[in-house]
Amino acid sequence: MNIHEYQAKAILRKFGVPVPDGHVCYNSAGAREWAKRLGDGPWVVKAQIHAGGRGKGGGVKLAHTPDEVRNISREMLGMILRTHQTGAAGKLVTRVLVEKGCTIANELYVSLLVDRATSKVAVMASTEGGMDIEEVAATTPEKIFVETVDPLVGLTAFQCRNIAFSLGLTGKLVGKAVAVLEGLYKTFMACDCSMLEINPLVVTAENDLLALDAKFGFDDNAIFRHPKIADMRDYDEEDPKEIEASQFELSYISLSGNIGCLVNGAGLAMATMDIIKHYGGDPANFLDVGGGATIERVTEAFKIILSDKNVRGILVNIFGGIMKCDIIATGVVTAARQVSLGVPLVVRLEGTNVDRGKEILAESGLNIVAADGMADAAQKIVQAVKGANQ
Amino acid sequence: MSILIDKNTRVITQGITGATGLFHAQGAREYGTRMVGGVTPGKGGTYIDGFPVFDTVKEAVEKTGATASVIYVPPPFAADSIMEAVDAGIDLVCCITEGIPVLDMVKVKHFMIGKKTRLVGPNCPGVITPGQCKIGIMPGYIHKPGKVGVVSRSGTLTYEAVWQLTCMGLGQSTCVGIGGDPVNGTNHLDVLRLFEEDPDTEAVIMIGEIGGTSEEEAARFVKENMTKPVAAYIAGVTAPPGKRMGHAGAIISGGKGTATEKVAVMKECGISVAASPAEMAQALMKVYKP
Repeated sequence: MNIHEYQAKAILRKFGVPVPDGHVCYNSAGAREWAKRLGDGPWVVKAQIHAGGRGKGGGVKLAHTPDEVRNISREMLGMILRTHQTGAAGKLVTRVLVEKGCTIANELYVSLLVDRATSKVAVMASTEGGMDIEEVAATTPEKIFVETVDPLVGLTAFQCRNIAFSLGLTGKLVGKAVAVLEGLYKTFMACDCSMLEINPLVVTAENDLLALDAKFGFDDNAIFRHPKIADMRDYDEEDPKEIEASQFELSYISLSGNIGCLVNGAGLAMATMDIIKHYGGDPANFLDVGGGATIERVTEAFKIILSDKNVRGILVNIFGGIMKCDIIATGVVTAARQVSLGVPLVVRLEGTNVDRGKEILAESGLNIVAADGMADAAQKIVQAVKGANQ
Repeated sequence: MSILIDKNTRVITQGITGATGLFHAQGAREYGTRMVGGVTPGKGGTYIDGFPVFDTVKEAVEKTGATASVIYVPPPFAADSIMEAVDAGIDLVCCITEGIPVLDMVKVKHFMIGKKTRLVGPNCPGVITPGQCKIGIMPGYIHKPGKVGVVSRSGTLTYEAVWQLTCMGLGQSTCVGIGGDPVNGTNHLDVLRLFEEDPDTEAVIMIGEIGGTSEEEAARFVKENMTKPVAAYIAGVTAPPGKRMGHAGAIISGGKGTATEKVAVMKECGISVAASPAEMAQALMKVYKP
């Protein structure tokens, strides 16, 4: 789960990590008012959407008077912001963050994440703040410093100092950096983060440290113990089909192709997308119905797949283990009738009671193409969709 | 022979009085596994469908002589259950539970340092030595006793590979589902090492997916240390970056963990990589003559 920058900064402030004074605003008059309340300018107006790269897309602007804050906010609110992360469709801006500006002397980078290789939390820092860290890692890996945290002891002061010295900080800034890093670690652990990135962490002209931007990734598995964070979820930022799917415990991810997939198991679902591509087709989605696929869930899955207007055919690929094929077949037939299916449907069933399952499909009178094995299934659906397009 | 488990392995179920735990305990018993009891705190001293229930893992181990445990405890409590099994000195813990917070698993891994227990999972189908012992949720009948080892991060994709092997008449020595979480107990490399040492495993199919670098490390091990033929398949060539594909660990982040990268490393290391998931057994036959 992701949150907005203003929400991220509110969390950081709570844990003692210094962030600029600011306030979220939903209209331009309010933005002007808040600029005045925040004190002397200049101010920065920042569009609040979940994607990165907002500056380049015109979503971050400097204002020198409260009137200018109002005018910029008026332009931003309601605009469709396009960045390299939003895709061509862009995102609607419904709120802006008005913040006190600061004079930047130096830009640094800090992030925390769970390192899979060590099974521990790692703190990463770099002198190349404001840059794309993936690029820094690829071109100048020597500019990235890592400290791995002992789970029992936590992030220690000496590790924080190591990072501070590696970043070239001196004098009072070292102590300030230790405080910032300790605050970030506390935040990470207390909120069950999977990732926490401050880019940039700036040194101001007054020799203070400030987190100018903040990006949180929360562990979806741990959200149940953080109801306040769960409340920050902004459904407008997510694909409505993905939200609907999550309500039925379906794991669904929308893609750009035209062949819908309905599969049990995450690995098999990915493999099904891959084999469609392998035979020259293009998958419209990832969809894992899970182990306990009931008739209701299969029906919902069909509805969600078909709500994607690009879908020209559906491939059902089920390896019934505990789940019996005759039950899945009944689910598919019921669902296909309920949604009055108008596109080709190829079904591959394997596993327990497979023969009975195939009989149910054949007896249904519906136009369902049965397939033997994944390769056959993929070839048949790719063929059917190509045929329909000609 | 086999790795990790065989016909003598005595298994307890943690969370045996839950619907899922009981269902799979019964299934394993029907398969022939020596399911010797279960643990549900507060229900010690009772029986459920013939299985004795204990309050603690320690007591269950003392009374039943169990050396393996399988966990079906809900996610908020599963990490604690793993640690309880580790503390009781169980040799092998298979944690089937999906959805354990990753920071809980960081603690578990730290707790396990210096202990003898091997953890498989979480978020996995379990381990099976066909014809002898089944610990987990996989359908027993698709397997056939034999000489091919299978290790995978995915459940149903493992069944797919096993079924392809069985249909070609190739049996399996042991199949290990290591699970789809970013922090887990056993990785591909650990299992490959066990297969290499097992006299009755002649070849291995390794199934991976996007995210992390476990497959790459395993591939380098194959190149440097393995004498047995290895085939592989990596799922997620078409997965978009930054999106979690079902499994918590199946995510391409920071440009790392792409399927293309993994496949390239595997090929470099002399592994026969299947071009599609329908060709996993065929890919093995290119390098293995039974």
